[in-house]
Amino acid sequence: MNAKASPIGKIRREVVVIGGGPAGLAAAIAAREAGCREVLLIERDRILGGILNQCIHDGFGLHAFKEALSGPEYADRYIRRLPDAGVEVMDNTIVLSLSPDRVLEVSARGALRHIEAGAVVLAMGCRERTRGAISIPGHRPAGVYTAGAAQNFINLENIMVGSRVCILGSGDIGLIMARRMTLEGARVEAVFEILPYSSGLPRNIQQCLNDYNIPLFLNTTVTDIIGKGRLEAIRVAQVDGDRVPIPETERLVPCDTLLLSVGLIPENELTVQAGVAMDPVTGGALVDDTFMTGVPGIFACGNVLHVHDLADWVSVEAEEAGRFAAAYVQDRREEPRRRIPGRAGEGVRYVLPQTISGERDFILSLRVTAPWRDRTVVIRDGGGKEIRRRKMMRLHPAEMIRIPVKKGAGADGSPLEVSVE
Amino acid sequence: MIRKEYTCVLCPNGCPLVAYVDDDETPVIARVEGSVCPKGEDWVRQEILNPMRTISSSVRVRGGDSILASVRTSRAIPLARIMDVMEEIKRVTVDAPVEIGAVVLSRPAGCDSDIIVTRSVRKSA
Repeated sequence: MNAKASPIGKIRREVVVIGGGPAGLAAAIAAREAGCREVLLIERDRILGGILNQCIHDGFGLHAFKEALSGPEYADRYIRRLPDAGVEVMDNTIVLSLSPDRVLEVSARGALRHIEAGAVVLAMGCRERTRGAISIPGHRPAGVYTAGAAQNFINLENIMVGSRVCILGSGDIGLIMARRMTLEGARVEAVFEILPYSSGLPRNIQQCLNDYNIPLFLNTTVTDIIGKGRLEAIRVAQVDGDRVPIPETERLVPCDTLLLSVGLIPENELTVQAGVAMDPVTGGALVDDTFMTGVPGIFACGNVLHVHDLADWVSVEAEEAGRFAAAYVQDRREEPRRRIPGRAGEGVRYVLPQTISGERDFILSLRVTAPWRDRTVVIRDGGGKEIRRRKMMRLHPAEMIRIPVKKGAGADGSPLEVSVE
Repeated sequence: MIRKEYTCVLCPNGCPLVAYVDDDETPVIARVEGSVCPKGEDWVRQEILNPMRTISSSVRVRGGDSILASVRTSRAIPLARIMDVMEEIKRVTVDAPVEIGAVVLSRPAGCDSDIIVTRSVRKSA
C-alpha cells in the first residue's frame, strides 16, 4: 500500500495511561478495577516495567507486599495482573503529541494512530540530570555516564562500563551503582557529594559504601574532567558554604569512569504540550486532591508528577490517580466547590496536591529543605488553626513525607500551610 | 561498656541503632536503642556477631529474548562471603526460558541461601 494513501488509524478509549512503569501499571489496573471497560496502557519500550527492570537490587515492595523484592519482581506483581484485569497494552509505542482535548498521536511499530481518550493518566516517570545540566568543565572523553545509564548497560546489556570508578552525587542510584560496580570487579575510588549531607537512604550508605570501604566525601564536587579519548582523571575540590569550590583543596583523582547521580527530572514534554500548568519546584504538574491537572480529564501520578523516594509510594499514588480518572469518565466526579491552595511554609520545599477540595480524605506529600532531628510537621489553615501535626524523629530532604489529612481541612476556604517546627 | 553505632539495613527507614556491648572478645550485648520496629534488635545482635547481607546480580541466558536474567539471594548471606558468592554467580549460564523464582545456584560458596531468578526470560522468537 502507498504510505501516503494509508489512512491514519483512529480509535477511542475510556482511559489511556501513558507509561508502563510502576505508576502506569498501578494506574491502569486501578482504573479497570474501578469499572472502566476500556483501559489502554501505552509503553515505548518492548517490555513493561520501566526503570524497575534495571533496578535488580532488593528493597522494593516492603510496604506493598511486605517482602523485599527486586525491581523486576516488583514490576511482575503488577504485569501478571494485566490480562485478568483486562488492561489493553500497546508496547513499542511512543506518544508523539497530546492535545488539551485528550487526543493522542502515537507511533505504534511504525504506524501513526490517533487515540481519543475519555481521560488520560500521565505516568511517564523521570529522567536523569546529565553532565550538561550541572555544567562540569573539562574535556569530553568517553567514560562519563549517568548512574542509570551505567546501570542499564551492566544489568540489561551485559556491558561493563569501566574499572576504576568515581561517583558524583550520593543519591540512591549512585550508591547502588557503587556496590554493583564493586561486585562486578571494578574499583570504586570514592563518592563525592556537593551537599553537607548525603541525599541517599542511610541503609544504602551502609550496605553500598561502608560494607565495601568506599569513602564518601561531603561538601566536595568535581571541578575538572581530564582525558583524551577515554577519561583519565578528574579534579575534585571541597566547596564553601555557597557551594563554590575552594581552589587550595583541589586534588587529582585518576579514574577511567565517572558516574553522575545528580538528580532526576520529571519527563513532562507531553504535559506541557497539553497546556497543563506546572509547579516550578516539583517539575511536575499542579494537581488537585484527585490528581487531576489544570486541564480537565488529564491526571498525573508517580515520578512524572514529583520524584518519589520509593516505588511503593508511586504505586499507591498511581492507584488513586487511576481510580479518579475512572470516576471522571464515568461522570462520577463532582466539581469541587472550593479550591483551597496547599502551600509550603518554613522548612518545606513543596507540598502536593497543590489544591485541595476539603471534601475528601487525602494524602499530603511533602519534602523538607534540610535534614533535622526531632521536629514536628504542622499543617495549619489560613486562620492559623492547627489541622494536623506529626512528630518526626528524623526529617531528610531525600525522603518524601506522606501525611493523611481528613476531609474538612480548610473548610473556611483559606490556604493550608505546612511547616516544620 | 562500649557504645557502638549501626544503621539497620532491613528497610528504607534505616534506623540509627546504638548497641552497648560488654567485652569485645566475646561480645555480650547489654542493650540496643533506636529501633522503631522489633526487628532492629535482632539485626544488631547478628550484625555484631556476623553481618549478613542480601545481594543481587545477573546471569547469562542462552537463546532468550534478553541476554541476562537478574538474580538475587533468597536469604541473607554473610557479608564476608559476598565476593565468593559473586564468583560462583559469574560462572552461571542458563537456557531460556527461565521463570521468576527458578533456582540457578543452590548453597553458593556453602552459604545457607539460593540464587534465584528475578526476571523471567522467554525463548527468543
